[in-house]
Amino acid sequence: MRHIISILIENEAGALSRVSGLFSARAYNIESLTVAPTEDASLSRMTIVSTGSDDVIEQITKQLNKLIDVVKVVDLSEAAHIERELMLIKVRAAGKDREEIKRIADIFRGRIIDVTDSTYVIELTGNGSKLDAFLDAIDRALILETVRTGVSGIGRGDRILKV
Amino acid sequence: MQLTGAEIVIRCLQEENVEYVFGYPGGSVLYIYDELFKQDKFKHVLVRHEQAAVHAADAYSRSSNKIGVCLVTSGPGVTNAVTGIATAYMDSSPIVIISGQVPTAYIGQDAFQECDTVGITRPCVKHNFLVKDVRDLALTLKKAFYIAKTGRPGPVLVDIPKDVSNQKCEFEYPKTVTMRSYNPVVKGHSGQIKKAVQMLLAAKRPMIYAGGGVILSDAAERLVKLVRRLGYPVTNTLMGLGGYPGTDKQCLGMLGMHGTYEANMAMQHCDVLVAVGARFDDRVIGNTVDFAEVSRKIIHIDIDPASISKRVKVDVPIVGNLPDVLDEMQKILEASAGVPDAKALAAWWKQIDEWRGKESLKYKQGKDIIMPQYVIEKLYEVTGGDAFITSDVGQHQMFAAQYYKFDKPRRWINSGGLGTMGVGLPYAMGTRFANPKAAVACVTGEGSIQMCIQELSTCKQFRLPIKIINLNNGYLGMVRQWQQMFHGNRYAGSYVDALPDFVKLAEAYGHVGMKIERPADVEPALREAFSTKHKNDLVFMDFLTDQTANVYPMVAAGKGLSEMILAEEL
Repeated sequence: MRHIISILIENEAGALSRVSGLFSARAYNIESLTVAPTEDASLSRMTIVSTGSDDVIEQITKQLNKLIDVVKVVDLSEAAHIERELMLIKVRAAGKDREEIKRIADIFRGRIIDVTDSTYVIELTGNGSKLDAFLDAIDRALILETVRTGVSGIGRGDRILKV
Repeated sequence: MQLTGAEIVIRCLQEENVEYVFGYPGGSVLYIYDELFKQDKFKHVLVRHEQAAVHAADAYSRSSNKIGVCLVTSGPGVTNAVTGIATAYMDSSPIVIISGQVPTAYIGQDAFQECDTVGITRPCVKHNFLVKDVRDLALTLKKAFYIAKTGRPGPVLVDIPKDVSNQKCEFEYPKTVTMRSYNPVVKGHSGQIKKAVQMLLAAKRPMIYAGGGVILSDAAERLVKLVRRLGYPVTNTLMGLGGYPGTDKQCLGMLGMHGTYEANMAMQHCDVLVAVGARFDDRVIGNTVDFAEVSRKIIHIDIDPASISKRVKVDVPIVGNLPDVLDEMQKILEASAGVPDAKALAAWWKQIDEWRGKESLKYKQGKDIIMPQYVIEKLYEVTGGDAFITSDVGQHQMFAAQYYKFDKPRRWINSGGLGTMGVGLPYAMGTRFANPKAAVACVTGEGSIQMCIQELSTCKQFRLPIKIINLNNGYLGMVRQWQQMFHGNRYAGSYVDALPDFVKLAEAYGHVGMKIERPADVEPALREAFSTKHKNDLVFMDFLTDQTANVYPMVAAGKGLSEMILAEEL
């Protein structure tokens, strides 16, 4: 099962390596990992997408909680939540392709944020499958470069992860 | 008052009432050593290899419940210490390691004796710190001591760059420390505890399985009180020996790979199992599939939530500090009207006594060749069962665990989790420093002892009258045993050729050496070694033992607990 685990961790040097090291040492999967400081600069928020049986996910959350720098851990996928990923994609956009790509980007509510004579950079957010669908929708040969942030997630409604 | 980083380190250690620092100097810790030289509140113990510094600090802690401290330099000082740190981590031993680091401006430049200490040690410490600002030093050291000892204990490392130990700042040692990210649970959940007591009282075939947590949390007395009141059988793990008295009739001895027949069978046939500060380790319960085939209710009490339902699903988890949880169980038990089912319990004990009748630890001592088990039995007699016994890793470790009946906690010091050969002698050193009047014996083998043999020199310098019981069979015995049993008698690399003359070796270091070759000489030799004649001497006793002796009973790796190989079946 796929789980989205959110972590609040002290924003100290090496915090990321403690978490990633735990995953590799105990042979847990990481599908994606995102991290950045929160509005409180002393804390970082991490979102990890992992897969595993319920037992494994339970161990992952316990082991994460055991890390001294970790303040809070929640499994977002246990209840209603929102997940988003940002993708930047650079495509060859020349001739008749220019209009077609613009049209597809509009359909996916993507934004063109850089334009040259022959390329576009498109910004697209959504869950992973939406981004995949966009990549499938345009001609593969036109894709020059893609970069994805990995999943960020947040609970719906009153579910709040805060100190 | 303005103090340098080095002075702050010393002051912090004094504030923590540290008695001994086990260490080895080097470039990055010179300022700290300089300050250490100028004070006499605590003593420095110069080891001969950093690994031994950590082991000694570890044993100091295990044998006393105080925090062991060691001090090593950057680079190789740290990498040498890693084995010791990993050993302490696996057995949850509270120690603080202070390491020097190259100056902050040099970090990452591949400087002389630089290594990524925090990175290298991260997977084998409870926590570690790199102190980049002298103003953080005192609080960091306070946190290190706090983290090491609270919750599930473990090693904490503080890495101090050389320039930080020479910079000055205002010093004040914090009296307390709170961390928003670290709040170990103490009290167990009362509802769960109640449920556990009810389940225990309703049991027909109860079993108590007590591990190292009982020792670490000083819960032995409470465990004994509870178990005696219930009248239930109890088994100790390798790490838990002495947590419940080994000579008590309710004690079934050690369980696991080399546990007694009765302990392992009771584990497999009980209907309610209580794990107290134990973690269902693979060497203890064998294969989890076989273990789970029996439908028994499991109650698991542990300070570490991550230990619960890690290998084995449990029915009643109780996260909490053992003494508190056991106290509450006792209270509920005393207040409740329920009593154990006497008839069922009598039948259960009858069954256990039948298993005991197998006498799974029986062996034959002939006239000519010394059996290793015999040496341990005699050691037990000669020391009145009251010595501190450290061991290395291998057959001798299992023999010591099986035949020395530990009645008190913190008397048995060994590397259970990591299984580190070489710990025995430095463990004996640390134990003796923590217990300066006690008899301390190191049970070892000719393989293990050579892994930290240089510490004979430390023992001489500090006049440590340790008795070394070397069970010398000329083989890496446990490896040889597995090769005999599972690898067609192909003894690859397990024969230790070109052994030194241990008597001369001991004498070369200024100690007393003895060579014992005949069974009849075992007891007299031990009596002499432990007599007042040698009360100030380290005595190295080289027992030439049976080369073919194996440790029985045995559960082969990956097998279930009921698939035991008994000596008599061979």
